[in-house]
Amino acid sequence: MQKHQEDGRVLAGGQSLIPLLALRLARPALLIDLARIAELARLGEWEGGISIGAMVRQRVAERSPLVRQRAPLLAAALKFIAHPAIRSRGTVGGSLAHADPAAELPAVVVTLEAELVVASSERGERTIPAADFFSGHYTTALLADEILTEIRIPGPGPSTGFSFHEVSRRSGDFAMVGVAAAVAVEEGSISGARLCLTGVADRPVLATAPELGLLGVAPDRGVFEAAGEAIAARLRPPTDLHGSAEYRRQLALVLVARALRSASQRARGDNEDRREGAPA
Amino acid sequence: MNEPPEPISPYEAIPIRLRVNGELRSGAVEPRRTLADFLREELSLTGTHLGCEHGVCGACTVLVDGEPARSCLLLAVQVNGAEVRTIEGLAVAGELSPLQSAMRDQHGFQCGFCTPGFLMQIQALLEERRALSEAEVREELSGNLCRCTGYESIVRGVMAALGSGADG
Repeated sequence: MQKHQEDGRVLAGGQSLIPLLALRLARPALLIDLARIAELARLGEWEGGISIGAMVRQRVAERSPLVRQRAPLLAAALKFIAHPAIRSRGTVGGSLAHADPAAELPAVVVTLEAELVVASSERGERTIPAADFFSGHYTTALLADEILTEIRIPGPGPSTGFSFHEVSRRSGDFAMVGVAAAVAVEEGSISGARLCLTGVADRPVLATAPELGLLGVAPDRGVFEAAGEAIAARLRPPTDLHGSAEYRRQLALVLVARALRSASQRARGDNEDRREGAPA
Repeated sequence: MNEPPEPISPYEAIPIRLRVNGELRSGAVEPRRTLADFLREELSLTGTHLGCEHGVCGACTVLVDGEPARSCLLLAVQVNGAEVRTIEGLAVAGELSPLQSAMRDQHGFQCGFCTPGFLMQIQALLEERRALSEAEVREELSGNLCRCTGYESIVRGVMAALGSGADG
C-alpha cells in the first residue's frame, strides 16, 4: 500500500469498486484484495457490544443473531442495502470506506457512536470515532496507506429502541433519504435520542435529542413531527434525477418523524418486557 | 514484515482452481477477467448471461459457495478455491430440475435472457427452505430485471416451486 498510494485501490467485496472499473470511472494500476486476511472477517463480542471485521460480508452480518441482539439498528439497515446477491459479497467495512453519501451504514455507525479501527503497516493502528470518519463525497479520514480493519459498536443502552427508514425509487436502489434513529424512553419521557440522515448531504447528518427538542418530553406524534420539521428546515439536500431538493426535504421531514416514532415504540416495548420479566 | 510481492501485471495470467457444477476446473486468468467472462469464454458455459455488466440487472447471477452473487462483479481470481454453480448445473442427467419444471409450467420466461440469473437466485431461495409469501418473493427477486413477462409468471413459477417443496 505504501508503494501504491497513488495508483492502487483496496478491493473488499467489490460491489461498488468493480462497477466503477467496468464503467472506467476508476482505473487503478493495482488492486489489493483483502479477502485472504482471515482476521478481517471476524465477528464477535466487544465489551457490551460487537466487533465487526471490515471484511465481514453484509449477508453474514444480517443473519447473525449477535448483530440482531447487540446492534439491532445495523441489522435493520443491512436489509436496505441493494439486493441479497450484492450483500452476499459486499462487506460492512467496504461500504463504510467507500462512503457513498446515500449509503445506509455510515448513518448507522454515526448514530451508534461506533469506533472505526484503521491500520497502516508503518504506524500501526488508530481509532477514529464514526462521527469524524466521513469527510465528504466518497471521502473519509483514512490516509492513503491505511485500511479500515474493524468496526466496534457499543451495546444498546437500557430502554432504547432503534429503527431505520428509507425511501428509494426502486427496491434496492440507493436511498433518496434514509434515517437511522435511536430513542431512549424512561418513565414515560424521552431521556435520549440520536438520529442520522443519509442521502441529504455529502456525508451523514447527525442530530441529537437537545437539538431535536426531545429531551424530557413525552413521546408523541406532535413532538416527532416538530423534530422532523426542525431538521428538514436546516437541510440543503441535492437535486438530481431521482428527486429535487424540495422533495428530499419533505421526505426527510416525514421519515424523521416516522423513525423517531417507531424507535420510541420499540423503546417502550423494551421497558414493558423488562417489567414483565422482573420478579414480582 | 515480509517484503511485499511484486505487483502483478494486468496481462499476466494467474492460475486458479475452482469447482464449477461439481467439476474441478482450472485455468490461468488475467487478474482483470470477471467470473462471468471466465465462465463464458474459458469454460464455454454460455448459459450465464451478461446484461448490464455493472451489477444492476441480475442476469449473470450464479451461486458462489451456495450464495447468489453477480458474476460480472467478481473477478475470476477472487473465486479461486470456491464452489460455483451455474444454470448448466440445475438439470440432473438431462432432466429438468423441479424448479425448471415449475418455471416451464407457469411460462416463467419469454425471451429467456434474464432466466439464468432468475433461476440461480430462486434456487438459492429454495435451498434456504423458508416459507415465503408472494410479497417476500417479489422482494427477494427485486435485484433481477425482466423486460418481457411483467414478473407475474415468474412469481407464479416460484410459488409453484416453493409449494412443491422443490430444492433441487
